[in-house]
Amino acid sequence: MLTPVTDAAGAPFWEYAARGELRVQACGDCGEPRFPPRPCCPHCQSFAAKWRPVSGQGRVWSYVVPHPPLLPEYAAQAPYNVVVVELADAPRIRLVGNVVSRAGAPLGSVDPGRLRIGARVHVVFGDGGLPQWVLA
Amino acid sequence: MTGTGLKDATAIVGIGQTSFARRLPEDEKTLACRAVLAALEDAGIAPGEVDALASYTMEETDEVELAKAVGFGDLTYFSKVGYGGGGSCATVAHLAAAIAAGQATVGVAWRSRKRGSGPRPWTDTTVQLPTPAQWTRPFGLLRPADEIAMLTRRYMHEYGATRDHLFNVALACRNRANQNPAAVMYERPLTREMYMTARWISEPLCLFDNCLETDGALACVIVGRERARDCRRRPVYVHSAAQGLPAQHHGMVNYWNDDPLTGPAWTTARHLWKHADLTPDDVDVAQIYDAFTALVPLSLEGYGFCGRGEGGAFTEGGALEIGGRLPVNTGGGGLSEAYVHGFNLINEGVKQLRGTSTAQVPGAAACLVTAGEGVPTSALLLRS
Ligand SMILES: [Zn+2]
Repeated sequence: MLTPVTDAAGAPFWEYAARGELRVQACGDCGEPRFPPRPCCPHCQSFAAKWRPVSGQGRVWSYVVPHPPLLPEYAAQAPYNVVVVELADAPRIRLVGNVVSRAGAPLGSVDPGRLRIGARVHVVFGDGGLPQWVLA
Repeated sequence: MTGTGLKDATAIVGIGQTSFARRLPEDEKTLACRAVLAALEDAGIAPGEVDALASYTMEETDEVELAKAVGFGDLTYFSKVGYGGGGSCATVAHLAAAIAAGQATVGVAWRSRKRGSGPRPWTDTTVQLPTPAQWTRPFGLLRPADEIAMLTRRYMHEYGATRDHLFNVALACRNRANQNPAAVMYERPLTREMYMTARWISEPLCLFDNCLETDGALACVIVGRERARDCRRRPVYVHSAAQGLPAQHHGMVNYWNDDPLTGPAWTTARHLWKHADLTPDDVDVAQIYDAFTALVPLSLEGYGFCGRGEGGAFTEGGALEIGGRLPVNTGGGGLSEAYVHGFNLINEGVKQLRGTSTAQVPGAAACLVTAGEGVPTSALLLRS
């Protein structure tokens, strides 16, 4: 499985996730949240940033169901879902992830037929601190 | 001159291509040389007169290799545009700007690909940039088809677009390919049943929503309007040209701004029409980048052929077919002629305005050509 190849701006997200915390980057001056993380604020150009905890509640904004050909470890779990989740407390922050049956469950553990745009989900953390989502 | 610097200042006077196939025996560099020499022959211009080159990324034949192989003269302008298929039309735009500004006199743009027989770019897990891939690929959003399928489902949800609308796009391209002996899908008709029962690639996109994987190369030659009058073929003028990278755009994973379904086409279109004497109503035929069917309704909206959310409905009633409201991809496009990162759309636009397309739109005088939507893109408005 592919693991996140992080950059300087994004690394804190993964460090918090490894501790079971979902946090998003926000401007240290004007407070505007931003995703993906980046070195400075597109609204006020400040280089100050803070990592704001979020509730982990969200809704499915869209989803796909990939079928092979895929990289081998993904093909073995296909068809699986990939979702974009819009966070309840930061609506313009949308995280790509997977809806699974429980924390640590494989990608294909939920029947894609159960997914709908707008479905409520909340975050759980799988092996290695990768954020996952379960239906609320 | 205010804002009119490029308008009709240059023309495409030569086009060339190799055959298209799933697998061609020659290597990418050889295919590039063949397409470039064919385009120069078509124009009646000697290789030694070429002084400008433009290509776009994911092209593996570089300027030095091409120039020394085909015998170009001294080059004074060369540019390589980023973002793969988003750069196709920008090659012509850069050459037009260079020639209009006096930096060069004869420009060649080209594309050579061995995508049919070579590896698929998404299988290379080592060259992925950390941003934004770290936010998508670990979760199995691996291929361009997956990334665009995500936007497609949201688009269908918000605006009521259907799989039948996507089928209309696939069918129009296939019908034109069935008229084009050079097309990979020349002898392969498509039916609604084939489409609706096809295997999934990434739901909601099926096999026929995805472009071909093709080996092949194409090129075109651009000169100033004075020189164009002396060339072998009727000039096809670059009436307007534009690139577009919208504020807060994220490429094919454009999930992180206020309005993810408004892509680079909108930005490009605003600049394109601002500098044109024509409006969308004046366009007789369009070549719209079709790596995926869903990019066509989005582009129809972005370039102003219909309103927001109306791209799906626009495809109804044979609108995209010959005789319809806006015939598109008249050589078969990336879905059914060849997927050569959109360069075949440029050459097909030239053929329409010369009156030599295999699916000729009668009296075509203006053609829109677009590059890849969903990445920083470009477009051309060509006229005869
Ligand atoms: Zn700020």
